Amino acid sequence: MANPNKAKAESGIMRWVDDRFPATQMMQDHLTKYYAPKNFNFFYIFGVLALLVLVNQILTGVWLTMSFNPSAEGAFASVEYIMRDVEWGWLIRYMHTTGASAFFVVIYLHMFRGLLYGSYRAPRELVWIFGMTIYLLLMAEAFMGYLLPWGQMSYWGAQVIISLFSAIPGIGPDLAQWVRGDFLISGITLNRFFALHVVALPIVILALVVLHIIALHEVGSNNPDGIDIKQKKDETGKPLDGIAFHPYYTVKDLVGIAIFLFVFSVVVFYFPEGGGYFIERPNFEPANPLKTPDHIAPVWYFTPFYAILRAITFSFFGLDAKFLGVLFMGAAIAVLFVLPWLDRSPVRSMRYKGWMSKVMLLLFCISFVILGVLGVLPSTTGRTILAQVCTAIYFAFFLLMPIYTKLEKTKPVPERVTG
Amino acid sequence: MADNGVNKGRRRFLVGATSVVGAVGAVGVAVPFVASWQPSAKARAAGAPVQADISKLEPGQRMTVEWRGRPIWIINRTPEMIERTEALGADSLADPESEVPQQPAYIQGGLRSIRPEIGVLIGICTHLGCSPLYRPEPDAEGVGVSNWPGGFFCPCHGSRFDLAGRVFSNVPAPTNLEVPPYRFEGDDIIVVGEDEESA
Amino acid sequence: MKKQLIALLFALVPMAAFAAPAADVPHSMTPDLRNQESLQRGMQLYVNYCMGCHSLEHQRFARAADDLGIPQDLVEENLIFSSDLAFNDQMHIAMDRGDAESWFGAPPPDLTLHGRLRGTDWIYSYLLGFYRDPSRPTGVNNTVFDLVAMPNVLEPLQGVQEMVCSETDQPVAGQSPDPLSGKYQSCDVLQVTQPGAMEPAEFEEAVYDLTNFLAYVGEPSKLQAQTLAPKVLIFIFIFGVIAYLLKREYWRDVH
Repeated sequence: MANPNKAKAESGIMRWVDDRFPATQMMQDHLTKYYAPKNFNFFYIFGVLALLVLVNQILTGVWLTMSFNPSAEGAFASVEYIMRDVEWGWLIRYMHTTGASAFFVVIYLHMFRGLLYGSYRAPRELVWIFGMTIYLLLMAEAFMGYLLPWGQMSYWGAQVIISLFSAIPGIGPDLAQWVRGDFLISGITLNRFFALHVVALPIVILALVVLHIIALHEVGSNNPDGIDIKQKKDETGKPLDGIAFHPYYTVKDLVGIAIFLFVFSVVVFYFPEGGGYFIERPNFEPANPLKTPDHIAPVWYFTPFYAILRAITFSFFGLDAKFLGVLFMGAAIAVLFVLPWLDRSPVRSMRYKGWMSKVMLLLFCISFVILGVLGVLPSTTGRTILAQVCTAIYFAFFLLMPIYTKLEKTKPVPERVTG
Repeated sequence: MADNGVNKGRRRFLVGATSVVGAVGAVGVAVPFVASWQPSAKARAAGAPVQADISKLEPGQRMTVEWRGRPIWIINRTPEMIERTEALGADSLADPESEVPQQPAYIQGGLRSIRPEIGVLIGICTHLGCSPLYRPEPDAEGVGVSNWPGGFFCPCHGSRFDLAGRVFSNVPAPTNLEVPPYRFEGDDIIVVGEDEESA
Repeated sequence: MKKQLIALLFALVPMAAFAAPAADVPHSMTPDLRNQESLQRGMQLYVNYCMGCHSLEHQRFARAADDLGIPQDLVEENLIFSSDLAFNDQMHIAMDRGDAESWFGAPPPDLTLHGRLRGTDWIYSYLLGFYRDPSRPTGVNNTVFDLVAMPNVLEPLQGVQEMVCSETDQPVAGQSPDPLSGKYQSCDVLQVTQPGAMEPAEFEEAVYDLTNFLAYVGEPSKLQAQTLAPKVLIFIFIFGVIAYLLKREYWRDVH
């Protein structure tokens, strides 16, 4: 027998199960006796929402594969087949396309919450790293999924992104060809992207989501004050500022879910194209390798990184601008992974950090948004300079963090959580 | 803190209400997913009614058209064939009155057809789905019986049907051949897959 | 909390900045998918004037009949010209792509999704934008699609349109309006010089109907979506209210 102290039901069928599987114990560990700080605010809904969107993507995705034809000849027509001939196919597809954008909206806000309250700080480094890996894979997942409808933007977007590999000195061109499996993006590329999009990446993402949650529940949730609620416990060992996840946060999250679903449904039913940003207009024309659309813009959630890529118009250290652009783009994501070790502040939450951290975070967010906007626009000289400034701020936020978090004067942190 | 002034009734009511509304929502979400397994417009277009011109179908002959991927036989029965078929009864047939619903409601009688001479049948054996052979001539060879009145013989497992598609007794096939919905358009056109218009 | 909301506002800025770039065309139209008469007239115009060359590969006659309220026998008698096409078929064309390529330089595109690719304003302006240009092989040019290869197939209805110098209500760059009439002088004014079967206003209506039909064809599910949406939203709202009451009830324990 395993640990005899495991929580078990008194009798009945649950007892039978508990003797064989730690159902009651798991229920307590993750819901009824998982004590979360009672001062969660608005920003703490996005984790649950990300989970909800993940379920939506998997469910609608499975259903789309039932009618989708992953071939260069049939993909475009099969999407229209789903939109017109399959009963309710239009709704399932729009739930999937809107879900992709919704995923990034909630993930970006979820990450912003982490930046704001220092959720990446010890002992939550692994929670952050698992999360960042999910984000990275999600970008791969979204990128590959975008090729599948085989429209003009699918095709040329993929063309541009895969060409990035060819910037790597030496092996680049061969690597890009290996990724494509052909001399151009073809049905072969479509087929392998389909396999990765619907099978391989979802499995890995699901596994990482489990790891993310296990790691979180091991150390406990952070909170807007960034203080450890486990320091102050009552006589039963329950944190004084903690409340059981279930029922308190489950019922609270239901309200957030309802609000989210309302907004989500408005988009799905009335604005499925998202103003041309969720489904881009050139994608209503089948892929044509001989005709480039006038203006290629990646989907909105990639545009900040795309703008960084384009901002690098100069070469140094003997590296050409194209490769440097790819390096900077990669570094922009990679630097997020080491964030837990860049922040040297004695406090976690922005509430008690000094003015420098606040200004830097604000500048970082503004420049991230500006980069996002620049990424959809055609580049001009002025825009390139602006993108370079924003790129500099983006990296300064991270690279100067060890300095300004140490220099600045922080406010005293309260003993107990505040409202 | 848990028990102070907690209105248990209200709490139970709200939990119930949320669960019920949530369950209704879950069912609502399930509807599109379940309904999307229905035949799509493409499948329905492929399974649309087919027309057959029987003006050149000689008495005693059979023609085959395809409907929903299955062979549809149209036979033009001669008066002798009709006579021989009508002579058969419960002593040789398993279901002479077509009580098992293997035909639309408007198909009645021993000949199982709208017009006595024109028989329309789905050419799939009701045993295991082979397509039986057309053996209209009396006492034909190789059908396994001596007093053969003319009909269909399935070479797979030896099932036998008469010229109205009724199954003989003591063969593996359990039921009569299926009659598809069909209607006549004028004298010479049969529309298979569409019901006779309800007047 | 206030600070967080401000931060959130910044996060939402991209949404505001992401207003779709407006197509730079002279006319605009708002599709009305509930106007079945307009859609029916549009479909009739389409099969008579466009479907000789432009297919609707993804649109079935049967679906259009259903959505537009046209009985099957009317569709079969008046809207399906090819004996190869059946009621349940998609609106294919008989023209061979190779032939088309040699006649027009490029095969005429399929128009199923053109309403979404180009936008309805573009299509509307394009159909109104043909004018006489003897230098072109087809004898016409177009204000929104320069050097267009397509002839003005609607000319029997519209009449001959020419680009003339005239007064116009449209503002002209670098010009102030005439103080008396409030009009501008321009040499880019389109005017019908030889009348066709329709009056100009009548013709504009016909082009509206045709564009409206293409808007419908681009996304036939839109009607369903708009019918279903209010029900879904009301349901979610009710669920939200109940969930909020439940949350408030439980959180009495916490506060």
